[in-house]
Amino acid sequence: MSPHPASENSGIWKLIFGRLDWSAVPVHEPIVMGTFVAVVIGGVAILGIVTKYRLWGWLWRDWFTTVDHKRIGIMYMILGLIMFLRGFADAIMMRLQQAWAFNGSEGYLNAHHYDQIFTAHGVIMIFFVAMPMITGIMNYMVPLQIGARDVSFPFLNNFSFWMTTAGAVITMMSLFVGEFARTGWLAYPPLSGIAYSPGVGVDYYIWGLQIAGIGTLLSGVNLIATIVKMRAPGMSMMKLPIFVWTSLCSNILIVAAFPVLTAVLALLSLDRYVGTAFFTNDMGGNPMMYVNLIWIWGHPEVYILILPLFGVFSEVTSTFSSKRLFGYSSMVYATVVIAILSYLVWLHHFFTMGSGASVNSFFGITTMVISIPTGAKLFNWLFTMYRGRIRFELPMMWTVAFMLTFVVGGMTGVLLAVPPADFVLHNSLFLIAHFHNVIIGGVLFGLFAAINYWWPKAFGFKLETKWGKRSFWLWVVGFWVAFMPLYVLGLMGVTRRMRVFDDPSLQIWFQIAALGAVMIAAGIACMFIQFAVSIMNRDKLRDTTGDPWDGRTLEWATSSPPPDYNFAFTPVIHDGDAWADMKKRGYQRPVSGFEPIHMPSNTGTGVILAGLSVAFGVGMIWYMWWLAGLSFIGILAVAIGHTFNYKRDFYIPEDVVESTEGERTRSLAMQG
Amino acid sequence: MASAPTVDAAFLDKDGNPLFHLEHEPHHPEGSSTMLGFWIYLMSDCLIFACLFATYAVLGGNYAAGPGPKDLFDLPLVALNTAMLLFSSITYGFAMLAMEKNRVAATQGWLAITGLFGLAFLGIELYEFAHLIHEGATPMRSGFLSAFFALVGTHGLHVTFGIIWLVTLMAQVAKKGLIPANQRRLMCLSMFWHFLDVVWIGVFTFVYLMGMLR
Repeated sequence: MSPHPASENSGIWKLIFGRLDWSAVPVHEPIVMGTFVAVVIGGVAILGIVTKYRLWGWLWRDWFTTVDHKRIGIMYMILGLIMFLRGFADAIMMRLQQAWAFNGSEGYLNAHHYDQIFTAHGVIMIFFVAMPMITGIMNYMVPLQIGARDVSFPFLNNFSFWMTTAGAVITMMSLFVGEFARTGWLAYPPLSGIAYSPGVGVDYYIWGLQIAGIGTLLSGVNLIATIVKMRAPGMSMMKLPIFVWTSLCSNILIVAAFPVLTAVLALLSLDRYVGTAFFTNDMGGNPMMYVNLIWIWGHPEVYILILPLFGVFSEVTSTFSSKRLFGYSSMVYATVVIAILSYLVWLHHFFTMGSGASVNSFFGITTMVISIPTGAKLFNWLFTMYRGRIRFELPMMWTVAFMLTFVVGGMTGVLLAVPPADFVLHNSLFLIAHFHNVIIGGVLFGLFAAINYWWPKAFGFKLETKWGKRSFWLWVVGFWVAFMPLYVLGLMGVTRRMRVFDDPSLQIWFQIAALGAVMIAAGIACMFIQFAVSIMNRDKLRDTTGDPWDGRTLEWATSSPPPDYNFAFTPVIHDGDAWADMKKRGYQRPVSGFEPIHMPSNTGTGVILAGLSVAFGVGMIWYMWWLAGLSFIGILAVAIGHTFNYKRDFYIPEDVVESTEGERTRSLAMQG
Repeated sequence: MASAPTVDAAFLDKDGNPLFHLEHEPHHPEGSSTMLGFWIYLMSDCLIFACLFATYAVLGGNYAAGPGPKDLFDLPLVALNTAMLLFSSITYGFAMLAMEKNRVAATQGWLAITGLFGLAFLGIELYEFAHLIHEGATPMRSGFLSAFFALVGTHGLHVTFGIIWLVTLMAQVAKKGLIPANQRRLMCLSMFWHFLDVVWIGVFTFVYLMGMLR
């Protein structure tokens, strides 16, 4: 790879384009180029369709600039699903490479490409799949479940979404222009330092995460304020739906953890850009400082991901067992205890650092202690099901699959928490199998339960079950086939992130794992078919009641999809299962006496700021200092300009509320 | 209009207490969550400083055969700098008192004085940095100096943004007067400004004073 001649000779080129030149386009990588061509064709097709049907105005007015928490929630889910396809493509490529590269074969991926793939897979799955999807679900459901009209800071909500998207755009850009980090998903120095990673890969990583991190942090602040301040009258903290409780704890963890990530990545950037000595081997730097800090963020992060889904499983179990949740208050305390403990265990990620027996014991014990509140939760779900009238709809199926899968993942976690065992298993495929066991079995299964459970609320029709069940079985069986071999391999001492193998006896395990990945791929395909088939048959699957599952919490009290203002009248709460209580007491929906409703107005500022942030990131990554400088000034100017706009709200007039509610009255009456 | 009993059944129980819905839209004062939200943001910012303090604690003794705190710090200068920031907090307090009495000119005057103290603080800090760099004590020289510049510099960067914000708010007060939205914004900046003061007390004690004892 020789750099383009222009970059060596011409000072003006350097001034404008920094270190960007034609060698940054990976023309020698047929896989990447093929993907690039496909993305261009797909992109042009989508842009063409949007232009042909004149959808730009609609997209901009109703979606991009919206401050409605429901629409923002849906946009988060779409972002997560799109990025999920990319992250999964990385996964199946790794499985194929590892099943292939035996007996002297190099497989089909060179080291430069393979190392980027395992890094991108981790980064994308955590930051741009799991995080947007849980944020999307919380965004949609929390205000509805607490009887609010929107979140506390609606503009901030829109801005957060676009910053997350900006981070995703920067990360995706690295596929086609330049490279992504080859360091693994946490970019440990000194490998990620400028001496060993002089290219743009780590800089893509840093700026993608920093920009998305701003969005995540602000959405955390927003949802905490919403839950604390915007609850309907009568909803005391111990009457909060359990999903809101788990969301609250998760968002507190976001606010308490993400600043640490921001700080540690900023210090890494200083090492890379300025030449400071934080994490270097020489000049008094300390690489283990980075590892400590990043895991002080990283461990709470996994609880940020799982806690809201514990809430989803609780809601689903209670609804589909037609019973109040067993042990509500113990569930709340368990959640809070997990949130606190998640801060006291970070060192278990590097027992092998050599901090000594006492320190390792402390962190080993705190880690094992987490299994106690988690176990309490599991028993609560089981006791909720006990003597309930269980309906095995799709959300409940995912929940049962979660319980079976997650328990195994939890047990291998306790095993890893034993420091002497960890010295053997550290960085082995046993670890990989463990965290996929809890993240797929917990987070992903939870998201699928949530999607199947709340889809009718968001769109007004149920997802159909035939393709849903196919997806379910392929996913669950595929998961076990894909990851059990990794436990075996890990116990045999195979380490993670290997590209080629010498020992031919291992190949069969990798081939089984690859078969599992293929089954998961089929499960994903079935899920997208499920969405498509459901949308096509939406009239048959229509739910006009707004309460298709005989739900128990407030989101089921309003229509599906809910009107912009969520509730025509602010609900008053007397019981934890507010909607079940209302139904039991013969609730009558008010049909007159409507008043104008105060709502926030849309704004394009979030999109503009996020666009400028992408420009800023690109400027920093490619050393185009003029671009970075100009776009930073632009960000400040737009942000300050935005504060000069004092008119940020409007009223939905009475007659609009009346006609919207009148329509619902008619559809309820027709349904009888 | 629907029949009256239906409406009542949805709103009030037989004792006249709210049943399932409030009959009238509750009045949410605008920006009622702002203080809480901003406070939570400040706590997250506090954690960034916590990380920088922790980094300084770990790396602060790694001089890499370069200069240490005793060779570099000029305590009288830093004391003067500390005084500038503490005065600016007091004058911001006066600005808030004037705001409470709805006196626009006095508020603006105290804000301007606060900004000048802030600028003085930044000027002295930049002078200190320039001096250190001139002496060869650059952020690249050692882990200690990297951590020092990161911690003190991040604080200085916060003060810089605080001043930009202050000027913006002065323009907004000039334009719209002390309307509730502007009062709320001044309250937020007040929290921010005092927060920076508290962080600086930590920096002064932990970095400068204790540095001289190392």
